[in-house]
Amino acid sequence: MIHVEKLTKFYGSFCAVDQIDLDIPKGEITGLLGPNGAGKTTSLRMLTGYLVPTSGAIRIKGLSLDEDVLAVKRLVGYLPESAPLYHNILVYDYLDYIAQVRGLDRRHKIGRIHELVDLCGLSGIMHKNIGELSKGLRQRVGLAHAMMGDPEILVLDEPTSGLDPNQIVEIRDIIRAFGKEKTIILSTHILSEAEAACDRIVIIDKGRIVADGSTESLKQGTGEERTIHLTLLNADFDAANQTLGALDGVSRVERMDTPDSGELRLKLFAGGPDRLRERIYACVKQTDWIMVEFTQEAKSLEKIFRDLTREA
Amino acid sequence: MTRTLQIFKKELKDYFVSPIAYIVICIFLLITGWFFFSTFFIFNQANLRTFFTLLPLTFSFVIPAVTMRLFAEELHSGSYEMLLTLPVKLSDIVLGKFLAGAAFAAIMLGPTLVYGLSISFIGDLDWGPVAGGYIGAVLLGAAYSAIGVFASSLTKNQIVAFITGMVICFALTLFDKVVFFFPPQVVDVFTHIAAGYHFENISKGILDTRDVLYFASVIFAFLYGAHLVMQEKR
Repeated sequence: MIHVEKLTKFYGSFCAVDQIDLDIPKGEITGLLGPNGAGKTTSLRMLTGYLVPTSGAIRIKGLSLDEDVLAVKRLVGYLPESAPLYHNILVYDYLDYIAQVRGLDRRHKIGRIHELVDLCGLSGIMHKNIGELSKGLRQRVGLAHAMMGDPEILVLDEPTSGLDPNQIVEIRDIIRAFGKEKTIILSTHILSEAEAACDRIVIIDKGRIVADGSTESLKQGTGEERTIHLTLLNADFDAANQTLGALDGVSRVERMDTPDSGELRLKLFAGGPDRLRERIYACVKQTDWIMVEFTQEAKSLEKIFRDLTREA
Repeated sequence: MTRTLQIFKKELKDYFVSPIAYIVICIFLLITGWFFFSTFFIFNQANLRTFFTLLPLTFSFVIPAVTMRLFAEELHSGSYEMLLTLPVKLSDIVLGKFLAGAAFAAIMLGPTLVYGLSISFIGDLDWGPVAGGYIGAVLLGAAYSAIGVFASSLTKNQIVAFITGMVICFALTLFDKVVFFFPPQVVDVFTHIAAGYHFENISKGILDTRDVLYFASVIFAFLYGAHLVMQEKR
């Protein structure tokens, strides 16, 4: 569906995107992940035809971006970061205008606007001025804008940045609903975000791709130090330290501040072999301790990211 | 072409949903009305010559004020990115925005038709120069709009766009008034570059293709310039 070859973009002498190669098949939700200034937005802008690459080629559905920009733009719906919409226009008027520019005729236009109003939950705000909307609502209007022409590819630049948790879930649901039959590329710098919404994650740093794969494979690929939280009742630290610390794979056991509730809260630093949690459980089962909490700390993007860039 | 018209309609509508349009029109009418009628009864002649003489000067700061937002506002808010990723050609965008500015200038001229009408009641008005004057005024408005669009495409800042546009329009208006500062060899060149000179010809009621061609070239040159600026920004 999308084929990117040696894509490079220079801003003056600064190289924002450095020889990126990427192939995205139809129907996949791809997350572009990276810290600020990694080149996510620049890459997306080139994919949508807003910026012209310094060198390299982009082919979308077999169409080259240099030769047939208009045809590509018809296939792609794009929502830039923080949805920079016009301010002094009503939501309905705006969607109507976009529908016209997207070339929908009168009959289809009304139907399409109705569909998008339902999908994006805009029914209560059609008569409002876009400038008066909250950030989350503006983002939804932006999504409706991007989906207006029923594009085959949807490109979203940080669709959930600056939204509250409820709005994030709503936007994610819209993306999921749309992504069933369409190809979606979205950028984000929040790992949990990418994990929740994407089939595949591409991590870029300093304009280069440093990792590419599904969420699981990325996590396993960097499988070293993990942190496990364990809260026990009816146990004392020394005994627990001795028993758990002896397990293969546990490098260190640390006691966390315990309120006087009789709970023993431990932090286990672990690495290496798999199935460690099973063995921890089996080990605790043999004692008369009571396990009240047992979680593995989700690894942060920063962690994965640091590891990846260290390796690169 | 349909895309051009859609953008044109949207931009023109934008002017009239905000109070800016009405304020600019009021200011324009106040200035032209005051300068025209304050001396009208002293001259005691039934023509609109004073009105048309002053028009290039008034236009050279009113029109950049109208057109300054066309690109600068979009560049500032970022909506430019959304506009450019719609399936439209750059030329559609430039033309649509230019037409909206030019149409606004023409609409602004509408109420001044009352001057001609009211004079025709109290005196014997020769409609020939008046018609020529209005044709010239529309051409002049369009040319200055093209300059304004070009100035607006250069920057995110509307004030900078306004001042740039005004300086270019002012220069074109005044070139033929200041030719005596220049060496005699270039006087002809500067006279013919001046918009004021060509506008005066038309407003006398003489519709010469050379003058029409002049305005057409100014429009083309500056719109092409804006197109190049947009291309360079990508």
